[in-house]
Amino acid sequence: MRVTVDGNEATASVAYRLSEVCCIYPITPSSPMAEFADEWASHKRVNLWGGVPTVVEMQSEGGAAGALHGALQSGALATTFTASQGLLLMIPNMYKIAGELTPAVLHVAARSLAAQGLSIFGDHADVMAVRQTGFAILASASVQEAHDLALVAHASTLVTRVPFLHFFDGFRTSHELNTIEILTDEDIAAVVSDELIQAHRGRALSPEHPFIRGTAQNPDVYFQARETVNPFYAAVPDAVEDAMARVAGRTGRQYHIVDYSGHPEAERVIVIMGSGGETAKETVAALVASGERVGVVQIRLFRPFPAEALAAALPATVRRVAVLDRTKEPGSMGEPLYLDTVAALSEAAAKGVRQAMPEVFGGRYGLSSKEFTPGMVRGVFDELSADQPRRGFTVGINDDVSGTSISWDPTFDIEPAETVRSIFFGLGSDGTVGANKNTIKILGDEEGLNAQGYFVYDSKKSGSQTVSHLRFGPKPIRAPYLVSQASFIGCHQYGLLDRADVLGPAAPGATLLLNCPYPPDEVWDSFSRPVQEQIIAKGIDLYVIDASRIARDVGLAGRTNVILQTCFFAISGVLPRDVAIDRIKMAVAKTYGRRGTEVVEKNQAAVDRALEGMHRVEVPGKVTATRELPRVVPDGVPEFVRTVTAEMMAGRGEALPVSALPVDGTYPSGTAAYEKRNISEFIARWEPETCIQCGNCSFVCPHSVIRSRQYDKSHLKGAPDGFRSARLDAVGLPDARYTLQVYIEDCTGCGLCVEACPVETPGDPVRKAINLTERVPLVAAERENIAFFQTLPATDRSRVDFGTVRGTQFLEPLFEFSGACEGCGETPYVKLLSQLFGDRLMVANATGCSSIYGGNLPTTPWTKDADGRGPAWSNSLFEDNAEFGLGFRVAADTHAGLARRRLLELRDALGPELVDDILSAPQQRESELRAQRERLAELKRRLDGVDGTVAEDLRSVVDFLVRRSIWIVGGDGWAYDIGSGGLDHVLSSGRNVNVLVLDTEVYSNTGGQMSKATPLGAVAKFATSGKTVVSKDLALQAISYGSVYVARVAMGADPQQTLTAFREAEAYDGPSLVLAYCHCISHGIAMRDGLDQQYRAVESGYWPLVRYDPVVRAAGGNPFMLDSTRPRIPLGDYTNRELRYRSLQNTDPVEAERLHGLGEQQVLRQWDVYEEMATRGAQRFAADARKEQ
Amino acid sequence: MDLTTDYMGLALRNPLIASASPLSWTVEGVQRVADAGVGAVVLYSLFEEQVRRDAAENARLIEAGSESFAESLSYFPDVAEDEPGPRHYLSVLERAVAAVEIPVLGSLNGVTPGGWVDFARQMQDAGAAAIELNIYYLPGDTRISGREVEDRHVEVLRSVKEAVSVPVAVKLGPHFSSTGAMAMRLDEAGADALVLFNRFLQPDIDPETLSVVPQIGLSHPSEARLPRTWIALLYGRVRADLAATTGVEGPDDVGKYLLAGADVVMTASALLRHGPEYAAVLLDGLSDWMGRKGFENVAAARGKLAVPAEADGADYERAGYVGALRAANMSDYASWKA
Repeated sequence: MRVTVDGNEATASVAYRLSEVCCIYPITPSSPMAEFADEWASHKRVNLWGGVPTVVEMQSEGGAAGALHGALQSGALATTFTASQGLLLMIPNMYKIAGELTPAVLHVAARSLAAQGLSIFGDHADVMAVRQTGFAILASASVQEAHDLALVAHASTLVTRVPFLHFFDGFRTSHELNTIEILTDEDIAAVVSDELIQAHRGRALSPEHPFIRGTAQNPDVYFQARETVNPFYAAVPDAVEDAMARVAGRTGRQYHIVDYSGHPEAERVIVIMGSGGETAKETVAALVASGERVGVVQIRLFRPFPAEALAAALPATVRRVAVLDRTKEPGSMGEPLYLDTVAALSEAAAKGVRQAMPEVFGGRYGLSSKEFTPGMVRGVFDELSADQPRRGFTVGINDDVSGTSISWDPTFDIEPAETVRSIFFGLGSDGTVGANKNTIKILGDEEGLNAQGYFVYDSKKSGSQTVSHLRFGPKPIRAPYLVSQASFIGCHQYGLLDRADVLGPAAPGATLLLNCPYPPDEVWDSFSRPVQEQIIAKGIDLYVIDASRIARDVGLAGRTNVILQTCFFAISGVLPRDVAIDRIKMAVAKTYGRRGTEVVEKNQAAVDRALEGMHRVEVPGKVTATRELPRVVPDGVPEFVRTVTAEMMAGRGEALPVSALPVDGTYPSGTAAYEKRNISEFIARWEPETCIQCGNCSFVCPHSVIRSRQYDKSHLKGAPDGFRSARLDAVGLPDARYTLQVYIEDCTGCGLCVEACPVETPGDPVRKAINLTERVPLVAAERENIAFFQTLPATDRSRVDFGTVRGTQFLEPLFEFSGACEGCGETPYVKLLSQLFGDRLMVANATGCSSIYGGNLPTTPWTKDADGRGPAWSNSLFEDNAEFGLGFRVAADTHAGLARRRLLELRDALGPELVDDILSAPQQRESELRAQRERLAELKRRLDGVDGTVAEDLRSVVDFLVRRSIWIVGGDGWAYDIGSGGLDHVLSSGRNVNVLVLDTEVYSNTGGQMSKATPLGAVAKFATSGKTVVSKDLALQAISYGSVYVARVAMGADPQQTLTAFREAEAYDGPSLVLAYCHCISHGIAMRDGLDQQYRAVESGYWPLVRYDPVVRAAGGNPFMLDSTRPRIPLGDYTNRELRYRSLQNTDPVEAERLHGLGEQQVLRQWDVYEEMATRGAQRFAADARKEQ
Repeated sequence: MDLTTDYMGLALRNPLIASASPLSWTVEGVQRVADAGVGAVVLYSLFEEQVRRDAAENARLIEAGSESFAESLSYFPDVAEDEPGPRHYLSVLERAVAAVEIPVLGSLNGVTPGGWVDFARQMQDAGAAAIELNIYYLPGDTRISGREVEDRHVEVLRSVKEAVSVPVAVKLGPHFSSTGAMAMRLDEAGADALVLFNRFLQPDIDPETLSVVPQIGLSHPSEARLPRTWIALLYGRVRADLAATTGVEGPDDVGKYLLAGADVVMTASALLRHGPEYAAVLLDGLSDWMGRKGFENVAAARGKLAVPAEADGADYERAGYVGALRAANMSDYASWKA
């Protein structure tokens, strides 16, 4: 049977059917495999033996590996799915599983490892990092192969007892949709031996026939014992070949552990593994056809390394071999595949198997999903033809530092003419990708047609752009690289014509379908000069449709997907028009059927209206436009931003040479400010007449686009017309003015500010003092206003009332314009941190949403103030964040201690009075911090006059004499699950670190998987039937130490309490834990209602606001403060507004009622506990037993 | 006292029915009402429009943020995409049927022809003893003619009757040009009962928040006069059973409806106002009254003050109207102040 699936589904489909236990944990790009397994299990889908596999989510990949090991030792057929850092966390168990000769399969969507920066994209760094564990490693090159070799892996591990790691390229294969032949249960059963399963079970631990496994061994026997396994590994290649033969017998698809294709008397050969092998194979076929003597060796079994098969596969005529590795091992003689190939061929030559040793050259390609194209393959062959081919070369980049890169022809095209190639540009929010996935399924289902789709997303979570690459053709499509020379381009957002090179990949004579607001006779004049030039030069056939209007008309505002999909079918001719329309309507019914008839009908109407609304445009013969493309960044930006950041922003990062990039992953702060994304049609606008200047809007703004300044009225001189200003609402300052400026080009139109505004306009009570209005008419004027606003003097921090929400609006945010979701519930807290403590703030950020919107290139939001100070931010990993932050603290304390010591040593030289003042200075209030900074400035001046090593030493650490604010920031996936042990340890350390948990109650960044913070009754991925355990009370856990400041906050319920908690936490000389309720897109709410939901969470008693302050206990008071009232609304008034809860009411109403009832009880029980604690005496809480440090 | 009666062929222990209200949102609520002694329960209304709106809203929430960022191409498991159909309703219905001895009726407010039929069938499958069609169109639609509204009522009834085998009642509104003719048409079209009357949603306005409050007020005994009059008029003229609803506050109101000719009397307001246990008070009061008046069973009281089938309805009405006018003219104004 043919189906169109991606590599993850293709693999999971086999793994699930051959497993009794799946131990899972989410990590990109492997998460969907685990999600499929979990979902199938929740639907009671059975495995090959009629049982529903047990799917268990663990707290980390380390945990998953441990559970896997245990399940295997107990005789289960078990598997797991992972990638990247996750695989690294499994290493210790992998040694154990292999050392004990345990049949098991790990499926890996191979991904880069975090080095100079994290990357979610595909290469072999992770797999190469486990090649020494004793696992056999099997590589798949395509979606079909991932499906087939998954079976080979499961079958072979049972035969050999050697555990298998089966991998394929992350994203390129894991996320590529392709039409494949699916293995039936009978196919699978024919390849897997039941007898071997019984044997596996027979080796399991059992009290019925006990033995001991996992001994501690000594020098006498460990070595020998290690060598016992050799025969098992020796048997692997044949066993895998045998399994491959059995798969071929059933399906006709024949694989080998090493496959050669190309000229039988090839002179130049590439050795490669993974999806790049497909590219190489297709290119070789084309080159051989044109008379070249070239070939390619695809390695499928990488461990145990098939040395004999490799030597045998290589034609005797080969003179030169290029071994391509998709990884980088700095400092090595070469990457692993290269070194293994050299060793294999040299042994073959030594043994006389081969007469001569060919020259072997290693090269790197495709790191982090870097494109690997036929042009690059030919480039490698050309390099092999050179007199002196480079060793350790790179292909696909321009290495102008070490000169490793070889050149290639980007226009080299080998794709067959009958393959239809299309590219679609859209936004994440407009449904383009979904429609294209539908198209691929429709066409993939057609007899005689094959389809392929691959999707590229940008690095932002709001307003993100998508590019869909689709191919259709009569033959199976083996082209694991992006489409070029497209015959059809769909531009689903008119504005993208100005921002992306939409016509760059268009072939001559291609069709452009443009969704645009202009009628056919006006559209030409709306284009910029470069776009007109491209259209004429390439002879583009232009069609336009106002799909956005049609979508609005049929009640699908913003969702243009089906309309444009219909146009594609109508124009492209991949199917006869009538058939195509029929298929779309069927697909609509299938896709949206589950979402209700209303949705189906609207989409059906969209199909009909699309055909009426599409027009072909006569393209004039000459360029008439004078308008140029808008500049990516304004004039006057720093050099790095202009030459590097801007290139990445413009989508030209691929062309940046090695020399352009920082050597150690260090990037300048504050680059998001240069990227004016203008992603929302509607933006916030301030009304000075009615505003009460409370600061609520600015406090809750997730994107830091609302800024306030107070200033003397004299500063208004020269203000642009229309610059808005109001009298400052403060006693005793009659000439002071106030302006609240909205940075409208950065505003996402989320509307949280409007919701937070307490003002009612007289006569128009629906209207607030800040409202959403259309952006476009305001842009030009507001640019001027913003420029003027920035010339107004910033409010002196030492004169700001830090204790009130109103006061904080005057504190400059040093976290601005992040790419987080519109209306994000996390970023207001992050911004607040930056406002309160930004100029002395260090942030250790766990991997997750906050590290992505906080640190994903090209532009990042953490920035600096006018003095050049600002948050120092870093992301280490997911699991280690608390420890990472503790490292910041101990280093700061050590260096502060060093500075104090040196200061005392130089007391006389620097002035005893100044030194004493510095050493004894209080540093709590902003005025005190400023005074300290002034003392240090003076100290530095005096230090300039002092020579010697002590002075040098002091100079290098003098900045530590200003108290640093160390914050450890991360989500609940980190704090409750993977980083739980580390967090617990750090909280127990007594050290002065502050932990901010951005609690969305789910793994938001990887797409909504359950964490231990997920509440009872909520539906999440891995909890499709509703979570059946209450969330962990991290607050109580931390309180039990007695030495930890703890707060639970929810900005939408009580911003003042949030502010107080942040300040108390920071001021507390010890560990602090702030648990911040964050509404999230994964809750299934309209994000504009986020604050309201926070309020309801608190009002219902679900999320009580508390503070625990050990300082109060030390003073004899009750340290536990309950800041919210008794539950005042039913829990259902909060939960029923969120899809995560409603969903279960629909799928399993009885269970939903049961869990809701238990949830209500839990709320009351928790409240009782908290209330009792709030009335205890101090002595009934643990004392803080730390001594003064 | 024998309170047993028959409604659409269902044997009831008494003629008091708890009509659709929030009391029947949960199985426990239905149980409480049943324990209080009512003869049957009509479950809260399933609104097709609400189901469809929820479906569209859920689809929007599921799509929001999806296919935008490579790490999180979706935020919900596949099951969340399931159409939020009437599963919750059907589950409550099914469990309520299993939990109580008395008949449980489903109440349906449809929008589309398909919706009426499908949901009615599903209610039957879930164990509904009968189905009450809660037909009303938004009175705000000024384009629909009276004839169209009437035709739709009949169409809906016919299609549901064809689809299900359990009895089907029609709960209709009073706002027809000729309510009597409408009742006759529905009767001819096969209605097993007519429920008089539906109360149109009449939202309030909050002058403080300047917002429309979608609240429905509880009914008062004075509102019973209109349905009572129509029941008196239709009694004996239609084959369908007659169910009275609106304005039941005390046992007298139940008795008055029976006298006018109602087969059963429904109440929600009294039970909401005083608690479900108040049903027992109504039933005790009904027994007392019947005892005092010498009615040995419900049938003996039923229709005693209905318009005799042989009399001309218009005459009767005119006579009553004239009588009322006369009373008004002869009394001083003080008697109207109450």
